[in-house]
Amino acid sequence: MRAVCWEGKYDVRVETVPDPEILNPRDAIIQVTSTAICGSDLHLYDGYMPTMEKGDILGHEFMGHVVDVGSAITNLRIGDRVLVPFTIACGRCFFCLRGLWSACDNSNPNWQVAESLLGHSPSGLFGYSHMMGGYAGGQAEYVRVPFADVGAHKIPENLPDEKVLFLTDIFPTGYMAAENCNIQRGDTVAVWGCGPVGQFAIKSAYLLGAGRVIAIDDNEDRLSMAAQEGKAETLNFGDQDIFDKLKFMTGGIGPDSCIDAVGLEAHGTSIDALYDRAKAALYMATDRPHALRQAITACRKGGTVSVPGVYGAFLDKFPFGVAFQKGLTFKMGQTHVHKYIQPLLELIELGQIDPSFVITHRLSLEDAADGYQTFKQQADHCIKVIMKPGMPSARSNGNGNGRAH
Amino acid sequence: MDTWEVTFEDHNRQSAGNGNTNNSRVNVGRIERVASAVGGGALVGYALTNRTKTGIALGLLGAGLLYRGTTGQCEAYRSLGINTAKDEPSEDVARDVHIEKSVTISSTPKELFRIWRDFENLPRFMEDLESVTKLDETRSHWVANAPGGKRVEWDAEIYNEKENEMIAWRSLPGADVTNAGSVHFEESPGHGTYVKVVLNYNPPGGKAASLLAKLFGKEPGQLVENNLRRLKQLVETCEIPTTEGQPSGRQQETDAAGERKQNKLASKTPVGNLARAAREGAA
Repeated sequence: MRAVCWEGKYDVRVETVPDPEILNPRDAIIQVTSTAICGSDLHLYDGYMPTMEKGDILGHEFMGHVVDVGSAITNLRIGDRVLVPFTIACGRCFFCLRGLWSACDNSNPNWQVAESLLGHSPSGLFGYSHMMGGYAGGQAEYVRVPFADVGAHKIPENLPDEKVLFLTDIFPTGYMAAENCNIQRGDTVAVWGCGPVGQFAIKSAYLLGAGRVIAIDDNEDRLSMAAQEGKAETLNFGDQDIFDKLKFMTGGIGPDSCIDAVGLEAHGTSIDALYDRAKAALYMATDRPHALRQAITACRKGGTVSVPGVYGAFLDKFPFGVAFQKGLTFKMGQTHVHKYIQPLLELIELGQIDPSFVITHRLSLEDAADGYQTFKQQADHCIKVIMKPGMPSARSNGNGNGRAH
Repeated sequence: MDTWEVTFEDHNRQSAGNGNTNNSRVNVGRIERVASAVGGGALVGYALTNRTKTGIALGLLGAGLLYRGTTGQCEAYRSLGINTAKDEPSEDVARDVHIEKSVTISSTPKELFRIWRDFENLPRFMEDLESVTKLDETRSHWVANAPGGKRVEWDAEIYNEKENEMIAWRSLPGADVTNAGSVHFEESPGHGTYVKVVLNYNPPGGKAASLLAKLFGKEPGQLVENNLRRLKQLVETCEIPTTEGQPSGRQQETDAAGERKQNKLASKTPVGNLARAAREGAA
């Protein structure tokens, strides 16, 4: 089959690799109909995530049809149309039983590696480094899905891929970020990062009762999507001091909650951002937590900082004293996708949200390398790339552009 | 049968914290034996290179010490009624390596006791065990893979158990690896069952060998932890998660023959067939 392989920093290639096989009784094999490049894939693309190996198959947002099942699978049949959460979870351990699916105790075969770095092992993830299980990802024609009885969610045929694909990661991730803010009616929520997760966090914050959402980024395309689609007030951090502006906008109080939808590769223009960049370049720190620092500093006393953005291991110059003195609450972590799919699917079916609004690029899987590059550079107004295996390559027909419109 | 009872005695005293000796002729303590052997060896060595009268005298003294060190027997001690070995445990007591590990499993003490009590189940989650065969209600024969590809075997007996709470076993005399272990099950409300394993053994090659193993990253505690995690995975999920055998871009590099590996796979596996059928159907 054809699959998108990580071959090093800024180097992904579509390669011909063996088809996946059933390895365990609770496995299923999915033939992928749609897959997407996630913002967190860029952390791999940029070489920020440790324990990647050349040849690893990328991708953790995918859906398709069941083509084979293991001997223990009774609730799926060949031909079923399914969505697969990016977190792999057994459904039966202490954590899964409490709805903490991304903390599953059993799904990471490399739990020892994760424990040695983090103390405890999170769940396995598709296509997201060997520390997170080393599972082959879904930017491929076929994927093996472990624990498919709980990890492959059947969806009705009448909803097109584009409307439901993002239930595998970014929609639940944005939604959980907003839910973690414990929003009270009329609250002000500030969102750093207007990539796809930020866009869903903005919409979800309103769905959960926020009175006002302020979106922060320096990319005008993303800010205008946040304003038009998300109905957010927008701030470009390139133009102004975000802390002062937020304080002014909230009459000195600060936002009730702050969402860091940026994660470990924050850009920025202030002194601490430059310092982070220098340190990460010298491998003295893994993460550049500029947005997170700003969120902590701006958040109102007793407020909540919610972090859907991915962090790798160690932060430097973390303003913990600020957080302490203001009595902040922190909520964070990989999304417990399994528990959000059904309720969010219902919101889509009710027409309350159509997640396809974030899509700017539709490509053939064969053009993945271009997709990564465009997404990385935020070129061509790129916000979200989806890819389809089997779709003719834009390169081969001389078009060279997978732009949606 | 006699030796069996002697070991039994030894074990009880050892676990009660006042180890005792066997009734052998060994009457020189461990540390003293090492000192005697090293000192004796040095003196013999000296004598071999300095064949003077003093040298030969020292050599004879050295030979005596060497005998004392290697056999653990000293005629002088015997005639004086001294025994510096009597407070040391016998060779048949597992004591060199001590490991304690725990895991919480979403199951009941009753169910976990049932699984563990049938020792033939153990190789399903203990990676280093090849087989355990039941000999009778309390005795079993164990075959394990030791580091370096060596196979070790022993008979073991259950010498203590409390239904749904604990099982304790130990190897019988003649074991390749003298060992003893116990497992304890305790209900942890809301969490399942707290499982603790205590393991003692004398690795082949002694303490030095186990230190070497540690140096090369083969920490025995890690192995036990691994095995407990596999038990948890098996009990909770009915399988042991793996990625072994999944595709990656690394496989195509190793295919120098020219023939694509996935084609071979596709013709063999149902997945490949289904995949091909789906592709042909779509075309």
